Amino acid sequence: MSVEISTTSNRSGNGHRSGLAGVPLAVEPLNRKDFTTDQEVRWCPGCGDYAVLSAFQGFMPEAGIKRENTVIISGIGCSSRFPYYVDSYGMHSIHGRAPAIATGVATSRPDLGVWVVTGDGDALSIGGNHLIHALRRNVNFTILLFNNRIYGLTKGQYSPTSEIGKITKSTPYGSLDNPFNPLSLALGAEATFVARTVDSDRKHLTAMLAAAAEHRGASFIEIYQNCPIFNDDAFAAVKDKDTKAEAIIPLTHGEPILFGIDNRLGVVRDRQTGELKVAEVAEVGLENVVVHDEHHPDPAYAFGLSRLTTPGVLERAPIGIFRNVEAPAYDDLAREQVAAAAEKYDSDDNALQQMINGRDTWTVD
Amino acid sequence: MTTAASQQEDAVKTLDRVVIRFAGDSGDGMQLTGDRFTAESAIFGNDISTLPNFPAEIRAPAGTLPGVSSFQLHFANRDIMTPGDKPDVLVAMNPAALKANIGDLARGGVIIADTADFTKRNLDKVGYASNPLEDGSLADYQVHALDLTGMTTEAVKEFGLTRKDAGRSKNMYALGLLSWLFHRPVEPTINFLETRFATKPQLRDSNIKAFRTGYAFGETTEVFAYSYEVAPAPMPKGTYRQISGNLALAYGLIAGARKAGLPLFLGAYPITPASDVLHELSKHKRFGVTTFQAEDEIAGVGAALGASFAGHLGVTTSSGPGISLKMETISLAVMTELPLVICDIQRAGPSTGMPTKTEQADLLQVMYGRNGEAPVPVLAAQSPSDCFDTAVEAVRIAVKYRTPVFVLSDGYLANGAEPWQVPDLSAIPPIDPAFATAPNGDNDEFLPYKRDPETLARPWAIPGTAGLEHRIGGIEKADGTGNVSYDPANHDAMVRIRQAKIDGIVADVPDLEVDDPSGEARVLVLGWGSTYGPITAAVRRVRATGRSVAQAHLRHLNPFPANLGEVLKSYDRVIVPEMNLGQLALLLRGKFLVDVQSYSRVRGLPISLSELAEDLQTEIDDLGVTA
Repeated sequence: MSVEISTTSNRSGNGHRSGLAGVPLAVEPLNRKDFTTDQEVRWCPGCGDYAVLSAFQGFMPEAGIKRENTVIISGIGCSSRFPYYVDSYGMHSIHGRAPAIATGVATSRPDLGVWVVTGDGDALSIGGNHLIHALRRNVNFTILLFNNRIYGLTKGQYSPTSEIGKITKSTPYGSLDNPFNPLSLALGAEATFVARTVDSDRKHLTAMLAAAAEHRGASFIEIYQNCPIFNDDAFAAVKDKDTKAEAIIPLTHGEPILFGIDNRLGVVRDRQTGELKVAEVAEVGLENVVVHDEHHPDPAYAFGLSRLTTPGVLERAPIGIFRNVEAPAYDDLAREQVAAAAEKYDSDDNALQQMINGRDTWTVD
Repeated sequence: MTTAASQQEDAVKTLDRVVIRFAGDSGDGMQLTGDRFTAESAIFGNDISTLPNFPAEIRAPAGTLPGVSSFQLHFANRDIMTPGDKPDVLVAMNPAALKANIGDLARGGVIIADTADFTKRNLDKVGYASNPLEDGSLADYQVHALDLTGMTTEAVKEFGLTRKDAGRSKNMYALGLLSWLFHRPVEPTINFLETRFATKPQLRDSNIKAFRTGYAFGETTEVFAYSYEVAPAPMPKGTYRQISGNLALAYGLIAGARKAGLPLFLGAYPITPASDVLHELSKHKRFGVTTFQAEDEIAGVGAALGASFAGHLGVTTSSGPGISLKMETISLAVMTELPLVICDIQRAGPSTGMPTKTEQADLLQVMYGRNGEAPVPVLAAQSPSDCFDTAVEAVRIAVKYRTPVFVLSDGYLANGAEPWQVPDLSAIPPIDPAFATAPNGDNDEFLPYKRDPETLARPWAIPGTAGLEHRIGGIEKADGTGNVSYDPANHDAMVRIRQAKIDGIVADVPDLEVDDPSGEARVLVLGWGSTYGPITAAVRRVRATGRSVAQAHLRHLNPFPANLGEVLKSYDRVIVPEMNLGQLALLLRGKFLVDVQSYSRVRGLPISLSELAEDLQTEIDDLGVTA
């Protein structure tokens, strides 16, 4: 069979190219079962990973692409077992390197829908370098970062997203180092699609998966994911029905950023410092509440939003799409260079022979 | 210089072979000068062998010993094996170049020095109390002290360059002079300069003028009593070109991918002396070559492995320190059993070592530098042009056996050049990627680890193939299904299967050929990689003394050729010269229980052929006495 496969065309006609444009569509509609393997799922009871897996398997038939053109690349950690449970092509690779391996997959083949599954240790500690470079290059794939703020598979050490002072097996006197805010990091790398969601909110999670898949280029979704064994309730504030109204700052494109009971709170821009901050709407006036623009070209705006996340134990966090801007995808450009060169110059066997001969040959008779 | 016959009447001496060393400051253009003289000699039909030698610093302080850059060329009227131990001619552009190289020059040799740079200040910089060109200390040599810079500046003044820029053409002036002295054809260099400076007419014209004026100076001056001729070397019929190891390697990778019908994906990170392979491949996108300059060595090999998973030919290129970083991914390639070609252009280590100097001390790293039992085939090129064949062979093994494969080259091969009879690509057999297209188990099941009974290779099922969806990864696989397995008996079986697959490649490895013309040798010299040149030259020298010595050279280091054990046991003494502390020797002792004798030189330079020849003679004579 040929490696290059004829593909679907641009899926929406307005110049925007879907992240899945070029990936063949399933002829018959697929369902959740089509994306389920016969392997026994081996996460701990109550693990947030189950919810993400289930949402993903529910979403894939909606995405509509062929199962065999779906590729999931993961690193190492609890969440990275994910590919074993999705009946598609997949690779459970090495710690931190999934974005690098997926870059090779995505650049080689325009006809594949590529997902990277990773965790906070995998993506932000051992694999931090690959993450930021995949984002700055804008490789066309979706990165699902399962953030449970702890190392699960190695049985409970603190992670690069754990709050300072975390008492764990490796930090009995409390952790000392300042954590990453994964979204601030991604936005610092000028990622073109950045979102955050919560494992237990199936509907929101699915909406984020759909928006990320639609985006052409690197899509980065931080999923707040509960680890019931080593870091239970790390995200209680945004999950508990009694607290979440005051804890979740919902981001909806084109809408003022309002939250809290009866939308009493809003995000406003400090006139003196230019920083985004939370204020009582009654005090500042609705007209001063920032209207969310996920297409804002300057990543500084979305970065400002990301800073509204409480830095220590989670008390408040914006949820939704922080940034969604169009930019050329690395893999598209790389393929265009190859195609343009083949178009411009001879590339048959004779041309190859000529190249190897070179210009300065001599003949011995 | 070896004189074959003198023809005094027209002041032309005919020589068999000459070794020239061009030496100057890093910015003096000595590599280019040497490269051009090499091209002229190759086109003229001499056999050639070169040794560029330059500092790792891009511009070390001007005029200092660490800043000296040199290029040595050996050209001859017969087949030669090395760049030569001792230059016959030294071109020294400044006092540092003279001081750094005079010790190597053959007694009675020719020195051509540019007097312009022999100032008090420059002499002081390198510790010359007086000017050696004038104080008689070079009485043992034929010294030609010429104001090359001054004559160049004068020659190009019509082009209106600054004095500094005008002086920069002095390397072309020197090249012109040497071209006259050794009867080299000038057209190739004129053509080269016209192409190179096509968009900079001022530089084009001044360089050509400097080159021609240097040539004319040789013709008209009476400074040189003789000029020299080195006749073309007899070579088999065919079309030839000059080629360096890194270029041959890049071409071999492209040819291998073409023969397999696969797009080539190179993931690489710049590193000396491997970067030229990245540079070269990035020029050839038209042949379906994608080059990815990754954020680091790990991402380079990771992306290459991802491309292989997706059905392309994944390739990564690096040198020792980079290979260390890639090892975890190479282990994953062993476990996932995907084709991958890993090129290690070795340099002197450990750690950063000496980046621009050669060594072959990564053999044990590529054999064993991974966790667990992780066998990988290893091939080594023996000459610059052989990098081509080795690369094609590596692609063939990687694709056929679904395995990562190491190609070992080194700095000496990478930058060295020799004439190459250009292969006819249509004569290279095709490589069949044989992608899996249909289920291979009962009930329409796909078993990603069900093997070909002959090669033990697993099916290569690429994404996009319906019905063959599967997951692979670094965790141990159940035989057949490839599912995660912690079963003790399964692990034992899989470890042995992976080893057996690599061992089985021996079916495609030709038997080791031994060169023993007399048939009476009791000593075998066995080498691998770039020591081929010096060993062959030394063996010839030993045989010329009437002694018998056998020679064999390994291309396949894992698995070894099937007859290797038998060959080793049929000699009284086996000597293994290596640019390391005996790494192949250790493997041979371990595998064959043969007491081979290691011959180690780790100076960052090729093994000296004269030293090796002398040492071999001693060994042979010693055996004669004790036998």
